[in-house]
Amino acid sequence: MSTGTSRPSNIGPAVATPESRELALRRVADVAFQVLALLVLVVALASLATLIWDIVSDGAGTVSWNFITGFSSRRASQAGIWHALTGSVFVIIVTALIAVPIGVAAAIYLEEYGGRSVGARIIELNITNLAAVPSIIYGLLGLGLFVRMMGMGRSVLAGASTLALLVLPVVILSTREALRAVPKTLREGSYALGATKWQTIWHQVLPVAAPGILTGLILALSRAIGETAPLITIGAVTFVTFAPDSIWSPFTVLPIQIFNWVSRPQVEFHANAAAGILVLVALLLSMNAAAIWLRDRYQKRGLS
Amino acid sequence: MTLRPSDPSRASGSPRAESRGEDPRVAPSHVEGRHVSTPPGVAVRPSNTEPRRGTRKIEVLIEWGLFACALLSIGTTIGIIAVLTIETVAFLEEVPISEFLFGTEWTPLFAMPRFGVLPLVMGTLLVSAIAMLVALPMGLLSAVYLSEYAGERLRRVVKPVLEILAGIPTVVYGYFALLFVTPLLQRVMPDLAGFNALGPGIVMGIMILPLVSSLSEDAMRGVPRGLREGSYALGATKMQTSVRVVVPAAFSGITAAFILAVSRAIGETMIVAIAAGQQPRLTADPTKPVETMTAYIVQVSLGDTPQGTLEYRTIFAVGMLLFVGTFLLNLVSAWLRERFREEYA
Amino acid sequence: MLRPQVSGPARTGCYLRVCGLGLLAALAVACGGGGGETPAGSSAGPTLIQLDGSSTVFPISEAVAEEFQKANPNIRVTVGISGTGGGFQKFCRGETDISDASRPIRPAEIETCQKAGIEYIELPIAYDGLAVVVNPKNTWATSVTVAELKTLWSPDAQGKVLRWNQVRPSWPNREIRLFGAGVDSGTYDYFTEAIVGKEGASRGDFTSSEDDNVLVQGVSSDELALGFIPYAYVEQNKDKLKIAPVDDGKADNGSGPIAPSSDTVRNGTYQPLSRPLFIYVARKAADRPEVQRFVDAYFGASALIREVGYVELTPQIYDLAKKHFAERKVGTAFGAGGSQVGLTLEQLLTREQ
Repeated sequence: MSTGTSRPSNIGPAVATPESRELALRRVADVAFQVLALLVLVVALASLATLIWDIVSDGAGTVSWNFITGFSSRRASQAGIWHALTGSVFVIIVTALIAVPIGVAAAIYLEEYGGRSVGARIIELNITNLAAVPSIIYGLLGLGLFVRMMGMGRSVLAGASTLALLVLPVVILSTREALRAVPKTLREGSYALGATKWQTIWHQVLPVAAPGILTGLILALSRAIGETAPLITIGAVTFVTFAPDSIWSPFTVLPIQIFNWVSRPQVEFHANAAAGILVLVALLLSMNAAAIWLRDRYQKRGLS
Repeated sequence: MTLRPSDPSRASGSPRAESRGEDPRVAPSHVEGRHVSTPPGVAVRPSNTEPRRGTRKIEVLIEWGLFACALLSIGTTIGIIAVLTIETVAFLEEVPISEFLFGTEWTPLFAMPRFGVLPLVMGTLLVSAIAMLVALPMGLLSAVYLSEYAGERLRRVVKPVLEILAGIPTVVYGYFALLFVTPLLQRVMPDLAGFNALGPGIVMGIMILPLVSSLSEDAMRGVPRGLREGSYALGATKMQTSVRVVVPAAFSGITAAFILAVSRAIGETMIVAIAAGQQPRLTADPTKPVETMTAYIVQVSLGDTPQGTLEYRTIFAVGMLLFVGTFLLNLVSAWLRERFREEYA
Repeated sequence: MLRPQVSGPARTGCYLRVCGLGLLAALAVACGGGGGETPAGSSAGPTLIQLDGSSTVFPISEAVAEEFQKANPNIRVTVGISGTGGGFQKFCRGETDISDASRPIRPAEIETCQKAGIEYIELPIAYDGLAVVVNPKNTWATSVTVAELKTLWSPDAQGKVLRWNQVRPSWPNREIRLFGAGVDSGTYDYFTEAIVGKEGASRGDFTSSEDDNVLVQGVSSDELALGFIPYAYVEQNKDKLKIAPVDDGKADNGSGPIAPSSDTVRNGTYQPLSRPLFIYVARKAADRPEVQRFVDAYFGASALIREVGYVELTPQIYDLAKKHFAERKVGTAFGAGGSQVGLTLEQLLTREQ
């Protein structure tokens, strides 16, 4: 039975009967529908193209070595983004250092030990819910817990801890996917040779799953690097003219600096904001490219 | 048959290496008389063959350690609920809950404080409604097209583009809404205020479109081929099949996608913080400045929020409302998806 | 004999080692750099100066900080804009070294600082003319009186005064959209005191923000808008805003509507919306050499102040302020505290002495 095509037009009488008219109508509707749907896709693509064009045309002229290595300034032409760039990178690294051990450990538990027990089911459900909580709620949690209760103040550590909680569900989910992709035979072979469960995981499963875990982690972090609301809530500062030097230091990140510049009415600052966006997008693209490269490289070397 | 390795005496079918006179540090080269080579990557190190009594305890410890990390996710949820509840309860001690939920003026920081959260809720719903008007029909249509009509080449071009749309940081969308979309709209509607609900609403719709599209597509792909083929067999066109058979069959999955999209729109912060305004206003008019729940939290956070003041507590009360709303929506969406999977799995 | 291949376990071990080193490095940096700094505590280590407070004073502090850091690259300065009230809250918790303020410290804040044991040195640094602005396309609002502003902004106007012709009948029957400083802002306190008559009393249904840039953006993009903004922000956005001269109805200090400018602010004719701007330096911070150098930069910043759009004070006032700082004279000259409406430069001088 052919799929997806309407009835051939040589079936039926040559005279225009009500049925064949209805058939013609249906075919017209079919084509119209296709056109409409295609139009929708074109609009979506056009929006993206417009967005890119707008940002590039506004900001490309401002991106320069001075811009990247300069600090913030009240004069738009002298303002740079170094403090925000280093702030972003530093915060993301600390976030990764916090989120990876905890996330991978949790995923290992759920995937290898948890099974179908009630506790594991509840934890899974919980993680799925957490992944859909608005990011600003995490900011409130960070404010109440890390900044106030634990007294970290408005520091890189508070920001990174908040972001770590934010990306944890994603890290756990993607690690589980990576662990699930490891063939059972590998585990069974290891058990057959007398290894314990943990030895199997540590020496066999994790190395094979590592590229997948790393890829998932990088994708989670690339989401975190664009997060603005939670860091505003815990209090990244407006005017910072230095790169953060420790986890207790005040900081700002690229999205917040962009937000600050967008809020200024002078057109020159808008150009800076657009340029900042370009830097942020470049950072994101390089992270994603790293993820893809890692995945490809290890897939060749890995067990298959 | 997976061997449970906790009891070493039962591990592997072969007798202990020492009894065979072989070096226990090396993988057995003979199993039941046959020469075996170790699969690549499986290296046997001395630690594997230490006395097993100690490793048992370590194994248990490790398992508990991993469990603790998994529990941390529960800890996060408990933390969120605890932090929000503590401050909301303190807030409600000073402000009656009826005024909070049903009052129509939100001026909590001013000389004549009013704590009716409805203007913020209205602002959120207004922007989200506009976003849904953009995202839902367009997302569903593009999902139908991609899953039923599109060839492989088109899909390979369109899907990454949609994924890029979903991955752009929201502050970039905020920039776009304030500095491109609103001025553009102002040329068509001169009465449009600089801060309004229309521009950010449209931009938010474009941002959420990929979510609706990919989730709906997943739902539609889950519909068994047999249903489609039966429909074609009865002479239906592709459009009729898609619209009258596949979409209704995937209905609960698509509804789950819609609800998740609404939840995402409600929780969105930066686009509205930049472009929608900071004036709480109970209105359905998208041409005026409004303030959403999320934008209010940002506004207060940009100032100073000393612990223990009513001002500090308002952001948690609003946050609590936001959390409860999105949580319920997510639950409904997950339940619908589960039901859909049961129908067709 | 099989040799173990360098894959599986070695790779995990490698990953572990890299992560472990990374963790150790981060900790080392953290502990090393964080040695002198307490997380949420008082003025952090010796090379960080923290400012917070008024969005009005921010352009000055930002300019001074920027030039200062160029001359002293190993001293770090951060400037926040939590609003005058927000800044004082942080200041009296010991979290900042200097508080920017567009009004004098209030009695409640004096008490909080006293309880926390924080002493402060009050230094006036500039003068501001608070401007009433409308959109450039606004053809009807060529001036406004204090009485009209009061009608517009008093608490009773909330929900009621919504159209231009309710303020002045000759104005069009169109909606009016208001923009103004937020409640944490000294500008807000001053404006309400000067116009409505009571500090902190105003309607609540307007777009309020501690960030004056948001207000500029709002007024400049909305034909029906009206707002009040510090003069520096008007100066920097001349092409986007139109000033509405204010008539205070008193003939003795200049009759008719008067627009803010450095002259009218200096000679006291732009009333009641002219006001002094301050910085409050924590007594403990004032003992640190880098803070002393930084505060001195304010006194030599006349050009910056003018560049930013404010009015610099007379040399006598600056000399007096320098003397107070050198002597570490704590306390405020504004006993009852709060905004003082209609303070001219000469009166300020007398007060401070």
